[in-house]
Amino acid sequence: MVSTPIRNTASTAAPNRLDPWQGFTSGEWTNTIDVRDFIQRNYAPYVDDATFLAPATDRTQALWQQVSDLMKQERAHGILAVDTKVPSSITAHAPGYVDQSLEQIVGLQTDQPLKRAIMPNGGVRVVQKSLEAYDYQLDAGTQEIFTQYRKTHNDGVFDAYTQEMRLARHSGIITGLPDAYGRGRIIGDYRRVALYGCDRLVADKREQLTSLEVDAITETVIQQREEISEQIRALGELQAMAASYGCDISQPALTAQEAVQWTYFGYLGAVKEQNGAAMSLGRISTFLDIYIERDLAAGTLTEATAQELIDHLVIKLRMVRFLRHPDYNQLFSGDPVWVTECIGGVGEDGRPLVTKNSFRVLQTLYNLGPAPEPNLTVLWSEQLPLPFKRFCAKTSIDTSAIQYENDDLMRPLYGDDYGIACCVSAMRIGKQMQFFGARVNLAKALLYAINGGKDEKSGKQVGPAIAPITGDVLNYDEVMAKFSEMMAWLAKTYVNTLNVIHYMHDKYSYERIEMALHDRDVYRTMACGIAGLSVVGDALSAIKYAQVKVLRNEDGLAVDYDIEGDFPVFGNNDDRVDSLTAGVMEQFMNLIRQRPTYRQAVPTQSILTITSNVVYGKKTGSTPDGRKAGEPFAPGANPMHGRDTHGAIAACASVAKLPYEHAQDGISYTFSILPGTLGKTAPAQVDNLVGVLDAYFHDTGHHININALNRETLLEAMEHPENFPQLTIRVSGYAVNFIKLTREQQLDVISRTFHERI
Amino acid sequence: MPRPSAITAMPSPSPVPHHSPLPDLHSTHQGRIHSVETSSAVDGPGLRYVIFTQGCLLRCQYCHNPDTRDPLGGKVVTVDELIEDIQHYQSYLTYSGGGVTVTGGEPLLQPEFVREIFRRCRSLNIHTALDTSGFPDFEASKPVLDYADLVLLDIKSFDPEIYHRVTNVAIAPTLHFARHLSATQHPMWLRFVLVPGLTDDRANVEGLAQFVATLQGVKKVEVLPFHKMGEYKWKELGLPYLLENTDPPTAEQIESVKTIFRSCGLSVE
Repeated sequence: MVSTPIRNTASTAAPNRLDPWQGFTSGEWTNTIDVRDFIQRNYAPYVDDATFLAPATDRTQALWQQVSDLMKQERAHGILAVDTKVPSSITAHAPGYVDQSLEQIVGLQTDQPLKRAIMPNGGVRVVQKSLEAYDYQLDAGTQEIFTQYRKTHNDGVFDAYTQEMRLARHSGIITGLPDAYGRGRIIGDYRRVALYGCDRLVADKREQLTSLEVDAITETVIQQREEISEQIRALGELQAMAASYGCDISQPALTAQEAVQWTYFGYLGAVKEQNGAAMSLGRISTFLDIYIERDLAAGTLTEATAQELIDHLVIKLRMVRFLRHPDYNQLFSGDPVWVTECIGGVGEDGRPLVTKNSFRVLQTLYNLGPAPEPNLTVLWSEQLPLPFKRFCAKTSIDTSAIQYENDDLMRPLYGDDYGIACCVSAMRIGKQMQFFGARVNLAKALLYAINGGKDEKSGKQVGPAIAPITGDVLNYDEVMAKFSEMMAWLAKTYVNTLNVIHYMHDKYSYERIEMALHDRDVYRTMACGIAGLSVVGDALSAIKYAQVKVLRNEDGLAVDYDIEGDFPVFGNNDDRVDSLTAGVMEQFMNLIRQRPTYRQAVPTQSILTITSNVVYGKKTGSTPDGRKAGEPFAPGANPMHGRDTHGAIAACASVAKLPYEHAQDGISYTFSILPGTLGKTAPAQVDNLVGVLDAYFHDTGHHININALNRETLLEAMEHPENFPQLTIRVSGYAVNFIKLTREQQLDVISRTFHERI
Repeated sequence: MPRPSAITAMPSPSPVPHHSPLPDLHSTHQGRIHSVETSSAVDGPGLRYVIFTQGCLLRCQYCHNPDTRDPLGGKVVTVDELIEDIQHYQSYLTYSGGGVTVTGGEPLLQPEFVREIFRRCRSLNIHTALDTSGFPDFEASKPVLDYADLVLLDIKSFDPEIYHRVTNVAIAPTLHFARHLSATQHPMWLRFVLVPGLTDDRANVEGLAQFVATLQGVKKVEVLPFHKMGEYKWKELGLPYLLENTDPPTAEQIESVKTIFRSCGLSVE
């Protein structure tokens, strides 16, 4: 990994310009691009409680009111406004404001708040269809450019897809692929803009180019040289965009306000340029705390104005919008952006990375009310200070807007400066990226195994034509043998498909600014995924422990199953089925590991569905666990709805058994509980939730969404959405505005297990 | 399901102050339980693994587990089985400051069994709580306390007549048990179920509060509002449910009872 030494730029600054690093402890970070080193040498852990926090200022309240009104209008119309002509880029749009007199942090994706932009590099057809869905027309000239003169990612992918890939995609055994939308899940190290300024970042990139003047200019080197040149161009554009808002980001930030603003500009550049499935922020709170502490000490900032900066940043993050087709909503509902921000965690030296600013970011949920974005993610460690743990638990109970991930599990793998892309994908910030691979439908693969590779809905031969199972009662060993064969085929087809997608994405829709905020040589993972894990686990358990009779249609296709007898089901802390479930997960990962990947990306997988568990279920026939055709899967790694009957803790314990080493792209679990179940009094609820989190993570659970809600509240919100504009719930790795879910998804959420017993 | 014999075998309140455990319930190896809850947040401090033992001599009108009364009902489990299952949840119990609670039914009808569960828990550093009416045979019950970190003592009323009306047994053994806990400074929580029209008589509550205030070792008083979540079980068992027309106490009623306990210097939840 190369992070080239940087020329001393202090001499190029005007003599009367303040030293931006004044008061900071110098170290490795002053010579090379190394934000982690800067943080480690300069941050002050905070171990006390939340009593120092400040409420929203008048300015914040007035600004948030205006934005809330705009969001209300937006909800009424689907989208508020859209630019149908100009393809978005870092500099494509003139500066935009909500109310310049109030905004402490500026910058919008386009020239108007909530106005959406088009990003046809991903695919022009999807842009055209998305516009039409909201009664807009793509500008004829733009359409011509992207059909006659400029090829898109989507065109490239379909030029290279094989027949097998098309079939697998069409049948829904591999779905949600980023072949017509941006892959996302790349986190630029936006902090670099604030700490170093663009001049130094460009200088670093130029050094990298020089370092690639090597003896053999091979395809790898050519690709990298072209990419770095693009990155340099993007940094120049970022500077120009900031200048249009009156900010000179060629130099490092001088104040806390500038640090927040510069960091946000980095992120803004990314969301102006890329419509990625997840556009995550990284881990900025503790970094920014260093600047805030410096200004507080100098007396140029107060707690109220510090909170105001964070509130205003969060308002901006809540306003990020992409133009997406309504079909996309079927997969990922509620206009998600996954502006994931990681809070807390512990350093490699054992000091907690919790600062006052960790609290301030959570405080935005009170000052501005709950919201799905930014996707606030607490990196939980047993070593976190207890007052911080309590504040998190209290905020969860009050807002249901936080997800938690296991820092003690991830730190040994990713160090102490990783972030989460999307929901559960950990990566070292500025040093690692992933090729997002959506997921395969493992429940369907099991049905293919039974039906000899034929799709149970269409009857078409999609998988390899192995001999179908002909017996009336499913035999475990026979099913497993055929399932293994089918999984091997699926892993092959899947990784091959992803190789095509990411080759084309790099070629036609490269993330210039995000990658400009990375080191030269990044670690790449090929992030595969599974949907329907608990369906498969329960099905295998039924086949093994009960009697599963096959019901076939006139064509001999197995279309339904009749189960006699009891069998253990996932989510009840029963090792008999929990081990089957974990075993399948490990087996599929091992098959993925055997496949060659584009750019030698390291294969990983996630157990995550977002809200796509509903649409996956819809496309899948009846399964041998007793689930009927069309019924939703459980989201992520969740037990199937209503089957986890032994209480919340038993369900947690089952999920925690899934081995992270075989799903290092994350294992998502959504936990919904009635607040009263957590304890009789508010303090007892907080303490018990802290206990649950400590224990779940101690037992190596990876991720957990916490919802503390009553079912009645959700039913009421379905009837009277206007009364619940900010009702937020966590669903499989991210949070949504409940009222923005489709009706089907709302019903799915309500039908999920709400633990009335812990 | 309870057999009719269980009902006819119900002991009448007798002049004998304590009742001996039934003869076949003297095992340190195994015992009869109704069920377990792998985790509860309302049966002692933190999250708790709760074992509902089978068999009870009281006939409380508001009982929400009448299906645990028959001492020969339920199922037989070994201590080994229970301890193994408890260990599956040990992280949750430990990190929440919780532990294992044995309730019932009446745990002290199987003192050797319960003592062994607690002894094994303590060797695993798991906190133990005994939820009891304090009614069963005192001498047989006492050894259980060696390994009970906390006693949740249910005093169903203070007025002897009301107590008898509520439970169909005498109050004396319970008060004796309470005084013993006090004398040995055994940590306890005092639990009182508030049933409008049955236990809410002011003199009854005040008498209880004053008595509890004289005891050592009382960490907390819990006023539990009567609820009807167990009503369906009475119907299933074909038993007459006398509180069909009784409503749960209002927030004001609960608060006023809590105030009585507080005014005696007690910590109330």
